[in-house]
Amino acid sequence: MTEIFVLAEHRQGQIRDITFEMLTKGRELAEKTNSDLTAVLLGKEVKEQAETLSEYAKKVLLVEDAKLENFNSEAYHKVLSSLINEHKPLLTMIGHTSFGVDLAPSLAAALKLPLATDCIELEFEGETLVITRQMYGGKVNVKATVHKAENYIVTVRQAAFPAQKPALNGEITETPSPLSEEITGKRFIKYVLPPPGGVDITAADVLVGIGRGIKDESNMPMVEELANAFGGVLACSRPIVDKGWLPTDRQVGTSGKTVKPKLYIALGISGAFQHVLGMKNSDLIIAVNKDSNAPIFSFADYGVVEDLFKIVSPLKSKIYELKGRKT
Amino acid sequence: MKAWRLEEKDLDIIVCVKHVPETAEAEIKIDASGRAIEKTGLVFDINEWDDYALEEAVRIKEKHGGTVTAITVGSDDANSTLRKCLARGADKAVRLTDVKFEGSDGYAIAKILHSAIKGLPCDLILTGALAGDDGYTMAGPILAEMLEIPHATMIKKIEFGDGVAKVNRELEGGLEEIVEVKLPAVLTVQTGINEPRYVSILGIRKAMKKEIKILGLADLDLSENDVGEAGSWIKIEKMFVPPVEKQAEFIKGTPEEIATKIGEIIKSRGLI
Ligand SMILES: Cc1cc2nc3c(=O)[nH]c(=O)nc-3n(C[C@H](O)[C@H](O)[C@H](O)COP(=O)(O)OP(=O)(O)OC[C@H]3O[C@@H](n4cnc5c(N)ncnc54)[C@H](O)[C@@H]3O)c2cc1C
Ligand SMILES: Nc1ncnc2c1ncn2[C@@H]1O[C@H](COP(=O)(O)O)[C@@H](O)[C@H]1O
Repeated sequence: MTEIFVLAEHRQGQIRDITFEMLTKGRELAEKTNSDLTAVLLGKEVKEQAETLSEYAKKVLLVEDAKLENFNSEAYHKVLSSLINEHKPLLTMIGHTSFGVDLAPSLAAALKLPLATDCIELEFEGETLVITRQMYGGKVNVKATVHKAENYIVTVRQAAFPAQKPALNGEITETPSPLSEEITGKRFIKYVLPPPGGVDITAADVLVGIGRGIKDESNMPMVEELANAFGGVLACSRPIVDKGWLPTDRQVGTSGKTVKPKLYIALGISGAFQHVLGMKNSDLIIAVNKDSNAPIFSFADYGVVEDLFKIVSPLKSKIYELKGRKT
Repeated sequence: MKAWRLEEKDLDIIVCVKHVPETAEAEIKIDASGRAIEKTGLVFDINEWDDYALEEAVRIKEKHGGTVTAITVGSDDANSTLRKCLARGADKAVRLTDVKFEGSDGYAIAKILHSAIKGLPCDLILTGALAGDDGYTMAGPILAEMLEIPHATMIKKIEFGDGVAKVNRELEGGLEEIVEVKLPAVLTVQTGINEPRYVSILGIRKAMKKEIKILGLADLDLSENDVGEAGSWIKIEKMFVPPVEKQAEFIKGTPEEIATKIGEIIKSRGLI
């Protein structure tokens, strides 16, 4: 019987959500292809995590080694190569995360197995793996076929598939670590967190989120005033932090913060999924973008297709008016 | 490769850059083939991530000494991106081009780059974390695997020690990890690692005089089957507009009317 591998991603003792999302999708694919679903867990002292995974997959393949204590793509590469060579899984699913993108491409190249990255849909049509992924910052989707092979590797986008818990009672199989030599190319040193800033955007009721559409740093005071009118706080997409216009802790998205304010106003933000993942659960989302096709409009409750600079000032006046105050 | 001491060594750096269309603000149309977008009318420039990679390379050169070579796989149009790199401080520029390269995914691109780079002396290769058009996020680490050297992705900071680069990798949720990578290595650069410098028109004009070395399939030890669609893992079958799960309700009118309407919505929700 063939297998579908899901590589469990964990950090600092926590299994990450992407793992459960992949296990859910993996289970569906396993049923359709008449395969077994196997969660693959690499780490040091991770028996507890293995127990958790056994509720989601029929089999848990566990490799423990001190060299696997923290994620190291070189160590993971060696162990996974050996497991894939031995088990020949039809499909190996890896998260399209910072860990996954450090691992999957070189692994696929070394094993000469085709890789499809950042997949948001996966299915087998006969023997052919058909995937859906996005291009041009989420403005278009493509359906693509993967070069025919016996075994495939994919990386899966975060939050592309919902996670469900089937309450299985899977079997945990421990395999000796194939790592005999030291890992020499790459060494994990430590985790670092950015220093905490003065404002906690996750605690704000109203966030005015600004994106590259605000164009110039000289426009910052104007949007800051709008945020003030709401009694809210300025948040932003990544380019604003990259340019240094706002500190890192104001960034919303996968590599920033996840927020859930009562109101999120997106000004000049296109709606790339990395941003959207951080704010889509806000109670009310209003987006202003001059491009009617901007992806943000499929996440917003209300949309305004207009130049944001024409909206900010009248909106600010309106808010003050409703609050019974002149500016 | 022997370990070396930083103070004794200049760093020869190769930066892989891609010439991509700016699409965030443009209206995108799917072309007649149904497998690609309509490119006419779009403005092309250096891939955003590669812009940061190039800047980082130039800063390393300015600090430690050495050379920067910018390399691209692309048609004539990509010369403008290479000129930009030269104007910014790259010493050499190489363009790999062939009609057979069309339809290459990140894997085929990595093979092409590998074939050209493997003979070049280098201590460090920088790529972008991803290309903003296709977003494969794979060419850099595959290139590293082919060169049999280490790699690290999503880099936000680079420092050097003897024979190693100490780098910050971006993880999710604002977290970073520090990793040490043996050189030579491939590092894929994340946006925000630096602030790319401004290039003047004059600088670009000066760079016009510099040579761009051009190589084709015949100059590389690859066959037709290694490149283009034939040599790729991914074959695009169909391109389409993403299905809309939920469409925003559009508010229309003059800016004042829009402001009034937003005010009403917010008030009705008890937010004022
Ligand atoms: C690993 C990784 C992690 C990432 N993490 C994050 C993250 O945590 N958060 C994040 O935000 N991004 C993140 N990104 C980046 C993300 O992919 C996008 O590049 C980014 O979100 C785009 O920001 P933007 O919408 O502000 O800019 P753009 O995509 O450039 O969009 C600008 C928008 O402004 C509009 N506009 C322009 N002028 C006006 C005007 N006058 N009036 C109205 N609208 C206007 C345009 O139509 C366009 O839609 C990450 C990327 C990667 C690869
Ligand atoms: N055509 C190309 N020419 C040169 N470098 C490229 C090309 N395509 C991709 N790259 C490099 O590989 C990185 C990742 O691209 P990708 O794997 O396509 O997302 C880019 O940021 C570039 O540095």
